[in-house]
Amino acid sequence: MQPTETFFSGFSPNDLWFLGEAALRTLWISLLAISCGSLMGIIFGWMLSVSRVGGFILAPLLDIFRSVPLIIQLVLFYNFAPMIGLRLDAFGAGLIVLIFYTSANVAYVARGGIEAVGQSMRRAARSLGMTYWQDMRYVVWPIGLRAVFPAWVGVALGVMKDSALVSVLGYIELLKASQILITRTQETILILAIAGAFYFALSYPISLFASRLEERWNQ
Amino acid sequence: MIEIRGLHKSFGDLQVLKGIDLNVENGEVLSVIGASGSGKSTLLYCINGLEPIQQGRILVDDVDVHAGETDLNTVRQNLGMVFQQWNSFPHLTVLENVALAPKIVRKFSKADALEIAEKQLRHVGLGDKLSNYPSALSGGQQQRLAIARALAMEPNYMLFDEATSALDPELVGEVLDTMRLLAEEGMTMICVTHEMGFAREVSDRVAFFHQGVIDEINPPEEFFTAPKSEHLQKFLAKVK
Amino acid sequence: MFKALPELLQAALLTLEVAALSMILGVLIGLGLSLIRIHMKGPLMWLATAWVELARNTPALLQLFFFGFGLGAFGIHFSPYLIVLMGLSFNNAGYLAENFRGGFGAVPDTQIRAARSLGMTAFQTYTRIIIPQVLRIVYYPMTNQMVWAVLMSSLGMLVGFRELSGETQFFASRTFRIFEYFAVTAVIYYIIVKIILGISRLLAMRLFRY
Repeated sequence: MQPTETFFSGFSPNDLWFLGEAALRTLWISLLAISCGSLMGIIFGWMLSVSRVGGFILAPLLDIFRSVPLIIQLVLFYNFAPMIGLRLDAFGAGLIVLIFYTSANVAYVARGGIEAVGQSMRRAARSLGMTYWQDMRYVVWPIGLRAVFPAWVGVALGVMKDSALVSVLGYIELLKASQILITRTQETILILAIAGAFYFALSYPISLFASRLEERWNQ
Repeated sequence: MIEIRGLHKSFGDLQVLKGIDLNVENGEVLSVIGASGSGKSTLLYCINGLEPIQQGRILVDDVDVHAGETDLNTVRQNLGMVFQQWNSFPHLTVLENVALAPKIVRKFSKADALEIAEKQLRHVGLGDKLSNYPSALSGGQQQRLAIARALAMEPNYMLFDEATSALDPELVGEVLDTMRLLAEEGMTMICVTHEMGFAREVSDRVAFFHQGVIDEINPPEEFFTAPKSEHLQKFLAKVK
Repeated sequence: MFKALPELLQAALLTLEVAALSMILGVLIGLGLSLIRIHMKGPLMWLATAWVELARNTPALLQLFFFGFGLGAFGIHFSPYLIVLMGLSFNNAGYLAENFRGGFGAVPDTQIRAARSLGMTAFQTYTRIIIPQVLRIVYYPMTNQMVWAVLMSSLGMLVGFRELSGETQFFASRTFRIFEYFAVTAVIYYIIVKIILGISRLLAMRLFRY
């Protein structure tokens, strides 16, 4: 047992475990935000592409999420929620903000995907007798997806990295955990490097994979 | 039979079709020629409902294409269309390209759809390319793929919108040969084209479009050797 | 609360200053990094690649912490302003380098051949033919990066930098009117971003008339 007068203690295997747990929580909130946000974003993107009026109303709203720093959005929503009777903890508030943030970004990606398919291709599909939704499902979706997959991966990875900001609300994800450990162990470089390595190990291979896929689809 | 009565079509303020009256009988091959912008392609898009019309009626097998209660998707099953840009679906193999619509639109079983697809692909001479992707095919082959894809729906009518205009010269022949084959088999065809040779040799009638109306329409012999309209005479002189 | 508006706007200017400076640095460094990656081999190329990939695959906040606490562990302390400037520049350089690399790649080699066969020197080719075309391609991503820099500067709040967010935090924590202050700040950011995008569009119309 260490004497209680010591305020700083060295970096121990327990701490690695602590970081690992926090890393999982980063992953968890990111995956939830990305999946829900992408689904919503696809719907928004479709709405943007299909109606000029809808786009007129929807676009400025979505832009709010893209024009205000994420940290401000988080603090704002966390303090706003009680005002409308929502009792949210850091995770809940953070997740909701991340979902809307993701959906706003995915919306533009999705719209780009739909527009990438081109009117000519869609006319060909419709003149074969396909309904609007058959065209969407069998032609626009596969072709559009291939066109914007790398952009979508970029958005997803961005959300994963930005999830670090939910720590300002108190959610103990990886970066917050790192800060806690640094304060205790003073092993700044080591811990930041480990945290950085984690993010890197997740982000780099995925973006590499996405560009390989893109190459394969393009030939 | 396709009947067109008093067809008027505008894009915003621009009037493109200014009163078209036309009948296309079963088995007839009608070629449509004219300068760019004279409304030829637009006519085809009006026939299969890809474009709305402002005035007039279009009847395909006695079905009013633009009536409110008409299901356009059903009408289009009977009208095969081949575009200037072949628009092959890049994410599907050649065979899947052709089999897709029969399966999801006509609701054939997967096996039947594949059978029909293969039959039509052999019909146009692509029997050896079934498992290739369109990107591996030449423009001429992709256009024949588009023809097979339209034929697989077993339409009564085929509409060709400048099907060879985007092709390199040496690839034009194979597509024209396919179209010739269809004509000989008795398919009813409306071909918007710049290929005068084809129009002359294969059509039953040739129509000349000028500024949104049919200026002259006659069997090819009369049309090319004794044009009555002044505009047509000028046009033919330019393309000689 | 609106008495604090002048201070907030002053801090907003600080935000813009830091973002703009970090963009300038980011463009210069990023250009260098991309050219190194395109034309050179060996350790310099690997260093450039490492910079770019680290900047793009780790959170911006982490990068800020490195410049703040990381260097601090070595006894090197910078003012919050400099920490944010360095962090943003590091990040910008990485992303812009990748944009530039794509831009250079998108200009066909045939352009170089055409220019050289007209007798232009390498320098003339680059400055008059290649770079203007690259600029067209990377203009939109660069605008996005500028917006990104403005939004990212808000992280300064976490390292003690009194730019717009930091200043807001200062007032909010003193008066406990967190929601009001941050709401006003959100509006200010929104307007700033819209202005940047508007100016960018106008500039584009001027620059790219071909």
